[in-house]
Amino acid sequence: MSSETKQILTTDGIPLEISLKKAERKNKIKAFLLVAPLLLFLIITYIFPIGEMFTRSIDDKMITNMLPKTFKSMETWDGKELPSEEVFASFLSDFKILVEKKEHGKLAQRLNKEKNGFTSVVKKLFRQVKRNKIDDTQNIKEQIMKVHKRWRDVEYWQAIKRTAPPYTSAKYLKAMDMYLNEDNKIVQVSEDRRIHRILWLRTLEVAFFVTIFCFLMGYPIAHLLATLPMKYSNLLMICVLLPFWTSLLVRTASWMILLQQQGVVNDFFVIIGLVADDNRPEMMYNKVGTYVAMTQILLPFMVLPLYSVMKTISPSLMRAGKSLGGTPFVAFWKVYFPLTIPGIGAGCLLVFILAIGYYITPALVGGASGTLISNQIAYHMKSTLDWSFASAMGLMLLGGVLVIYWLYNKLVGVDNIKLG
Amino acid sequence: MALPKYTETRYRIWHYFYIAICTFVFFFLIAPLFVIFPLSFNAEEFLVFSEGMKNLDPDAFSLRWYKDMVYGTKNPWGLAAKNSFIIAIFATLGSVILGTVAALGLSSRHMPFKGIIMATLISPMIVPLIISGVAIFFFMAKAGLAATHTGIVLAHIILGTPFVVITVTATLSGFDHSVTRAAASLGSNPVNTFMKVTLPLILPGVISGGLFAFVTSFDEVVVVLFLAGLENTTIPVQMWTGLREQLSPTILAVATCLIVLSTLILISAELLRRRSERLRGINR
Repeated sequence: MSSETKQILTTDGIPLEISLKKAERKNKIKAFLLVAPLLLFLIITYIFPIGEMFTRSIDDKMITNMLPKTFKSMETWDGKELPSEEVFASFLSDFKILVEKKEHGKLAQRLNKEKNGFTSVVKKLFRQVKRNKIDDTQNIKEQIMKVHKRWRDVEYWQAIKRTAPPYTSAKYLKAMDMYLNEDNKIVQVSEDRRIHRILWLRTLEVAFFVTIFCFLMGYPIAHLLATLPMKYSNLLMICVLLPFWTSLLVRTASWMILLQQQGVVNDFFVIIGLVADDNRPEMMYNKVGTYVAMTQILLPFMVLPLYSVMKTISPSLMRAGKSLGGTPFVAFWKVYFPLTIPGIGAGCLLVFILAIGYYITPALVGGASGTLISNQIAYHMKSTLDWSFASAMGLMLLGGVLVIYWLYNKLVGVDNIKLG
Repeated sequence: MALPKYTETRYRIWHYFYIAICTFVFFFLIAPLFVIFPLSFNAEEFLVFSEGMKNLDPDAFSLRWYKDMVYGTKNPWGLAAKNSFIIAIFATLGSVILGTVAALGLSSRHMPFKGIIMATLISPMIVPLIISGVAIFFFMAKAGLAATHTGIVLAHIILGTPFVVITVTATLSGFDHSVTRAAASLGSNPVNTFMKVTLPLILPGVISGGLFAFVTSFDEVVVVLFLAGLENTTIPVQMWTGLREQLSPTILAVATCLIVLSTLILISAELLRRRSERLRGINR
């Protein structure tokens, strides 16, 4: 048809195409308006704050705003020898304002994080300023250098200069047990202080093994549930669903009772003669406790997606496989197993993502060797109040989860997530 | 699962092995819950089975921890239970309303940017709780809502809506849209159509989403630990402190009550699921 073909008109005389587009747009707006309240609510209360975690984690503006003149005059300083009189003068004038505002303590704290030993030198300078011992008309450099020998050390001025940028990657490096040294190079902290890397690896290890255990235990029972006649499987399903609906803390409490030294599990081991009564093994407050409790708690999240996939596989496929000459094992491996892969993917993803962010159970049954990265985040949020560090670690964890999620989406597709 | 008579021995052995594994896993899943029942009736203060309990001596059992839970002086459980129920009920209402309306929009085939919007809406379910906790805490602290009931309710609405969105969109996926068109052609306005036609049909999905939201809120501890002050303590927070400090049998009494509650929720969720499947015409 050529473009000159007469346009189809609606009864109002408007071309049908335009009229349809208009209706379509109206429907789009209608649908969007329905979603809008929740979307807005989540963006304001949830998505923005996650973004705020990012700015908080790299924010280093406090000191930039404290020493504006110093940093301005430092711009021309090459950083090799002691800075000029001008830098000293502007530092003194910045410092005097801080003393007036009683913020010199914060400055000392921040500088001390950059280089050890700043607390005492700042305090000394503060006393001199407070007593008006420093004449700010002439020879400021000499006077400050007299206050403490560290003011004559160029390394301390280099440290001040390093704090100039309003943003810092220090928190992220710290989470990886690294820091920026004097020459602006990334180096590792000394061996005995590498605690975070151990926690990351342990978190990954626990999440990985809990996923494996859940898979090994979840696959057979999902298969049984999917192949049994309804009246039996419904009954057995309760064994999966009751823990699923029961409070996490109740289940953790029950494991604490079971695994304690005088607990039921140890009693049982003693009765069957596996261990001596006076030599009961410690099963709680270590990794064993974390593994056992987390596997039981997360198992339903593996069974339910597996079950919903297995339920859709027709039993005649296995029969066909066998009738074509496969042994039951071959039929299972070549026919049944490949069909369950979407379920395996969904179950493993769910369990892994839940396990990697676990916090409550490891904190209660894990003891010192069972703590994970989430415990560390909570610790910095509530005890040390280093919120920017907690934010940095949280975002690194989130990044990991998103990568896994993206991989899963590529490999299996997200549409397979089902509940119950 | 009776085996046919012609089964070879090695498959017979394998089959029994498989049944044994399954039995063990089911036992592993359900048995820990049943340890709590008898111990919560312990007459003594320790969390182990006493000799009397092993011999089923009636004197070894008592209701003292239940009495302590209800009447105990300086006991936080009353306040915690009240807070938990108030917060969970309001959080459920909020999640259900926001989530259902959003699901209606999402199920429309005209919805633009469906993928990314869906991902945003269910993100609180995917993001590890500890990160959600930190982010929500930053917002609530700024908004002046930390240590208030309102703040915790809003936080739980955030965490609960994904469940409602997912269950309701799933219900709507089998929904016959011609019934709403029929209602419209008979002169009904959209609100009326929703209340009289759509809602009754998707109700099972809405309620089961609401149950998920309720349980999420009722059981949630990570975010509440960040947000709650002394006045806003909830049952999970109280259990958390109890388990960390003094492991008293009163906690087991509370835990027993919670297991009873979750059994009730499980039964209603199951009944709803079956009803929903019947309504959607899914026959097995």
